[in-house]
Amino acid sequence: MATQTEQANRSWYKRNEIALTPWLFLIPGILMFLFYVILPVFQSFYISTLDWDGLGQGTSVGFENYRELWHDPAFYTSLRNNLIWLALYLLAIPAGLFIALFLNQTVTGIRLYKSLFFFPFVISQVVVGLVFTWFYDPTFGLLNTFIGWFGFGPINVLGDPRYVTYGIIAAGLWPQTAYCMILYLTGLNAVDPEQVEAARLDGAKGWRMLWYVIIPQLKPATFIAFVVTVIGALRSFDLISIMTNGGPFGESRVLSFYMFEVALSEYGFRMGYGAAIAVVLFLIMLCFITYFLYSMYKEEKGH
Amino acid sequence: MRSITKASIAALAAVTATTSFAFADGLSGDLKIFLDTSNPAPRETFETMIAEFQGMNPDLKIETTIIDREAYKTQIRNFLTANAPDVATWYAGNRMLPYVQPGLFEDVSDLWEGELGENLASTKAAMTIDGKQWGVPYSYYQWGVYYRADIYNELGLTEPKTFEEMKSNCQAVLDSGRKCYTIGTKFLWTAAGWFDYLNMRTNGYEFHMDLTAGRVAWTDDRVKQTFANWRELIDMGAFIDNHTAYSWQEAIPFMAKGEAAAYLMGNFAVDAIKDAGVTDDQLDFYQFPMIVEGVPMAEEAPTDTLHIPSNAKNKANAKAFLQYVASADVQTEINAKLGQLPVNNKSSVNADDKFVSQGFEMLNGAYALAQFFDRDAPAEMAKVGMEGFQEFMVRPDNLDAILTRLDAAAKRIYK
Repeated sequence: MATQTEQANRSWYKRNEIALTPWLFLIPGILMFLFYVILPVFQSFYISTLDWDGLGQGTSVGFENYRELWHDPAFYTSLRNNLIWLALYLLAIPAGLFIALFLNQTVTGIRLYKSLFFFPFVISQVVVGLVFTWFYDPTFGLLNTFIGWFGFGPINVLGDPRYVTYGIIAAGLWPQTAYCMILYLTGLNAVDPEQVEAARLDGAKGWRMLWYVIIPQLKPATFIAFVVTVIGALRSFDLISIMTNGGPFGESRVLSFYMFEVALSEYGFRMGYGAAIAVVLFLIMLCFITYFLYSMYKEEKGH
Repeated sequence: MRSITKASIAALAAVTATTSFAFADGLSGDLKIFLDTSNPAPRETFETMIAEFQGMNPDLKIETTIIDREAYKTQIRNFLTANAPDVATWYAGNRMLPYVQPGLFEDVSDLWEGELGENLASTKAAMTIDGKQWGVPYSYYQWGVYYRADIYNELGLTEPKTFEEMKSNCQAVLDSGRKCYTIGTKFLWTAAGWFDYLNMRTNGYEFHMDLTAGRVAWTDDRVKQTFANWRELIDMGAFIDNHTAYSWQEAIPFMAKGEAAAYLMGNFAVDAIKDAGVTDDQLDFYQFPMIVEGVPMAEEAPTDTLHIPSNAKNKANAKAFLQYVASADVQTEINAKLGQLPVNNKSSVNADDKFVSQGFEMLNGAYALAQFFDRDAPAEMAKVGMEGFQEFMVRPDNLDAILTRLDAAAKRIYK
């Protein structure tokens, strides 16, 4: 009897083995994804309808948090900075491409140069932030010493609401360019030498060669570089936290930092309001995610 | 279990009353302590004190965790709910409120009954919410203006007693090519020190407390007067340039290098200023001068405290520890090392330290003691307010917009 069921079980599994095995491998990942990604998304939606300090009992306030967000000037400052981040952070893609083109040659010691260019991506964002904070220091910093030689007065980059966001983005571009560079370097390895040869015979040179022959072949690398840069721009939290702590008077905040500030920082006890900001940020990200998924889907279908 | 706990506390209290070495009655079990005393001097002080407590109670298993002071402020709410220690450091005043309201701090009013309560009476109000006491203070310190005595001597200046003198001193300092005051407002709270003092000297302690408690509008003319006084200093160019880029520690080199003459700060800054190369002879201290005659002089004296989380497992041991820390001898000893003031009025103050002894004298003569803006006002109001102060220091012309914003925030927060 026992052996019979065993056999039956085994044979059922045997019969469906091909279909089942991938799912078995996927189960741990799926469970983690459901528990740590999908569930918190819905939890955030729920919390955003509460007035809750994260410790005691929350009370439901409906869409009050969103209504307040609508009238909150700090929210618009953060949103504006997020957009500036998105636009300027994309500069990392062309910059990375040109450095990659520059480094894609066979010279003695090129590996060393490549690793030196890649170095800023390897070090922690916190270190990048600290280095740039010292660099920008209005009294002792290298930047102001340097422009001082040309007779320009000190610029308080991180303490002036006009420059602060750009100053932080410049710091962020340093590692992000390195990241794009490495993506393009691997992409350049896959460029078909025969096509380059053929183009050369047809008389293509310089910019035309780059634009019509090389860049189309780098499309996969460009896509990945675009994805990681957009995500990087929306996640820009650590640099802001290290370099300015959101200041001066909140002018360098982005949505993710503002969320942290109202919900989790030293003086933040408004989980509901924080969750509402998180939801807005999620909706913005969702636009990009949908676009990425859609273009990946199209790509797959094309093959 | 409860009665045993109570009995043992009663016994402890009884013994404490007769001898100050009553803690040696051999506690057993565990005691888990979380501290935010991560700076070198406080860290060592607490480690030594806990080692002594351990020596009195050899059977007690003490586990101490020292957390970075800034990180502690955000971690506390996690460990109070999830993984509570038996004793935790925190601050007095409204700063306790977010943890008292949801019932995360244990009511320790019984410790305040009797002699200990009388000895700690000066801080009782700051430890009381809803008529109960929620912790025990171990230290407090004065705020005031720390200045370079050598620069003042060189320019023939004396410690100012009035705002007029303060301004004329400042003009003399400016004329000598220096700045009057260093400050680093990157983390906002340093600007609140200026606001607190200017407001308390302009409108008095009661008004200041009403404002931080939300009973007065921020758009009130009296608040505007405070800012007008502040603006006089700003327009003179009294503060260092680019202060928004610096933390309070990063602002010290300006004073050390003689580019700025003074610093409005808490007494904890003395160590850091001396470490930066300012000698004891070069550094001196004065009380924030009078602005409006007849307004009684209240001072800032933030109190550092110890609490028992409600989720603690060894409350009896924790109470014994709190009692130990609050006792006169221990307070004398730890505050001598911390360079701060003991709360227990039977303790003695380290007379060799001129800053501590001057501060003690000043606070004893004070009309009233404020905790600090971010401890007197609720957390959210503190954040919005301090951001406004920083903006005001950079763009004084925005004052009306700032005050309107603060008022709107206050209406939401104090509803």
